[in-house]
Amino acid sequence: MKKISARWRNLYTKAGFSSFMASLLAILCGLAVGFVVLLVADPANAFWGLLAILTGGLSDMKNLGQVLYAATPIILTGLSVGFANKTGLFNIGASGQFIVGAYVAVLMGVKCTFIPGPLLWLACLLGAMLAGAVWGLVPGFLKAVCNVNEVIACIMMNYIGMYGVNFLIQLTVFDSLKNQSLPVAENANAPKLGMDLIFRSGATASSANAGIFIAVLAGVVIYYLIEKTKFGYELKACGYNRDAARYAGINETRSIVLSMVIAGALSGLGGACLYLAGAGKGIEVLDTLAAEGFNGIPVALLGLNNPIGIIFSGLFVAYLNQGGFNMQVYGFAPQVIDIIISVVIYFAAFSLLLRGFVERRVKRREEKRAADGRPAVSGRGPQEGGGAE
Amino acid sequence: MNTVYFLVQQTMFFSIPLLIVALGGMFSERSGVVNIALEGIMIMGAFSSILFINIVQSSGAALPPQLLLLLAVLIAAAVGVLVSMAHAYASINMKADQVISGTAINMFAPAFAIFAARMIRSVQQIPFSNTFRITKVPVLGDIPVLGPLLFQNTYITTYLGFAVLAVSAVVLYKTRFGLRLRACGEHPQAADSVGVNVYRMRYAGVAISGALAGVGGLVFVVPTSTNFNATVAGYGFLALAVLIFGQWRPSRILFAAFFFGLMKTVASAYSGIPFLANLGVPNDVYKMVPYVATLIVLAFTSKNSMAPRAEGIPYDKGSR
Repeated sequence: MKKISARWRNLYTKAGFSSFMASLLAILCGLAVGFVVLLVADPANAFWGLLAILTGGLSDMKNLGQVLYAATPIILTGLSVGFANKTGLFNIGASGQFIVGAYVAVLMGVKCTFIPGPLLWLACLLGAMLAGAVWGLVPGFLKAVCNVNEVIACIMMNYIGMYGVNFLIQLTVFDSLKNQSLPVAENANAPKLGMDLIFRSGATASSANAGIFIAVLAGVVIYYLIEKTKFGYELKACGYNRDAARYAGINETRSIVLSMVIAGALSGLGGACLYLAGAGKGIEVLDTLAAEGFNGIPVALLGLNNPIGIIFSGLFVAYLNQGGFNMQVYGFAPQVIDIIISVVIYFAAFSLLLRGFVERRVKRREEKRAADGRPAVSGRGPQEGGGAE
Repeated sequence: MNTVYFLVQQTMFFSIPLLIVALGGMFSERSGVVNIALEGIMIMGAFSSILFINIVQSSGAALPPQLLLLLAVLIAAAVGVLVSMAHAYASINMKADQVISGTAINMFAPAFAIFAARMIRSVQQIPFSNTFRITKVPVLGDIPVLGPLLFQNTYITTYLGFAVLAVSAVVLYKTRFGLRLRACGEHPQAADSVGVNVYRMRYAGVAISGALAGVGGLVFVVPTSTNFNATVAGYGFLALAVLIFGQWRPSRILFAAFFFGLMKTVASAYSGIPFLANLGVPNDVYKMVPYVATLIVLAFTSKNSMAPRAEGIPYDKGSR
């Protein structure tokens, strides 16, 4: 018994614990506001609507598979935004990077059929990453060399990417009947790995595929890169204080450019994962920016810019969206989900304050314990992560 | 000559909302609060005011159109202030990361507009009949050259935009309020040390940005559409770009907004310009021109950024 309580104490004194509690609190606030919105709209069905949101992703295996499929691109764009944020850059250009990545993946998937087997899929992913990287390189270079604000450069690149892709699709891989890109070759799609057999309900399989593993792998790789390598340390140093980093001999120009290049590659990969899924989805020729890119911003914020946190927040957002889809049975517009997520993010902005509150309480207890003559727990974790960066 | 008149008139429709919203953003950022929520506030302002126009028009009340439009402007401004207060509270009182609450508002606004419209009217579009166009301003519209350029085929909101510009420039540079506002964005500790209430000044900055962004949403929708579909086509973000392009100064913001608006007009109306129509360049390439041009201009002009120094940093009285 004593051992367990010591362990518990060890857990709640860690910084990660208090930020987790803060996020949980924010999510509860969001759901409460969502419930109020439902109550105002239709009191009779509000409870069932909320239940559908909470359970929608788990209601059957097919829906769970859809959650995995929908989470893949937003995890990757979330990683993209979160990674750039570590270097103090706000990557609002994930949308453009995403769509050029998607285009190159689809183009290769249609044209490069000489590449055998699943190698084609991997080649498409690589091509998409390269294209996204180029789209990230431009704002990164302009920021580092010409001092152009990255937010404005990213916004411009979003539009250039969207119109450029619209133009190129019509030039190269256009299905004029559906007003979208042509379907890719069978082996350009992500392998199902038997997931279509697990995640299905009756005769209809979900779109779950190997892409989710790519997203999780990317999250782990980025985590390693940021936390365990010299390069990651340099990026973070640039993010905290650019002048101090330069004084310490860090090449800030290189760090900024590479940070945007990697962020772009991640978004591009996300574009490939959305469209190479065998779900019959093509890139539509529309004058609207890809929403997945902008959805990366809330995902990154919810995950507190921590790569592992982003994997979970991406799954969470996709889960809520699936619930919102199911909720339509009760006559509610699915936009309730966006309202909930926005409220969650809004309260997550206060996480620093909440975390401070939790930490102060823990500290006070520790001090009291020390004053009583008992030894305090020494296992305070390093102060990592957090919403302040 | 008709082509020129047409181009200028069109440019107004694109530039004026950018001008108004970017000037709004300027007040917020010069006070030290980054306002990335402009897009969301525009949507909320447009939503509420277009809904108001829709209700009045379908009720059959015989309000003069220009009065109706001005009332709608007031409503848009009020709603904009209301929404911006959420951002102000998070970023001033709670000292939160200013990008986060902005993102939250940008996500909330279109969702709310669609949800509310569908619950009220069961479809998400809100139609209105455009009775606000002024074919020709009396007397002024008959002036040669200037008349067709500025006083024909126009909206009262165009002049509102120029009025906002003039008032903004005066307020920012010629009044005590403006001086204090700028001080809070450059060095809040210094402002505080001479008795300026930094929190209150920042609230004022954000509130002005909310009002102008709300109005900008309405001004964008009225001339370019006949219904509101929960979007302002990314104009809030473009206004942010114009603000940075304009280096946080009214005169340069005016230039940036018109540069961008003109490019945008050329891109969308090139088929009416004989020289450009004969080049045979595809439509989508023209659409890219404004964005590419802006990037190139920025690459050459951004070396000395004039960003407010304390922008984006929450003010903490206790910190040194």
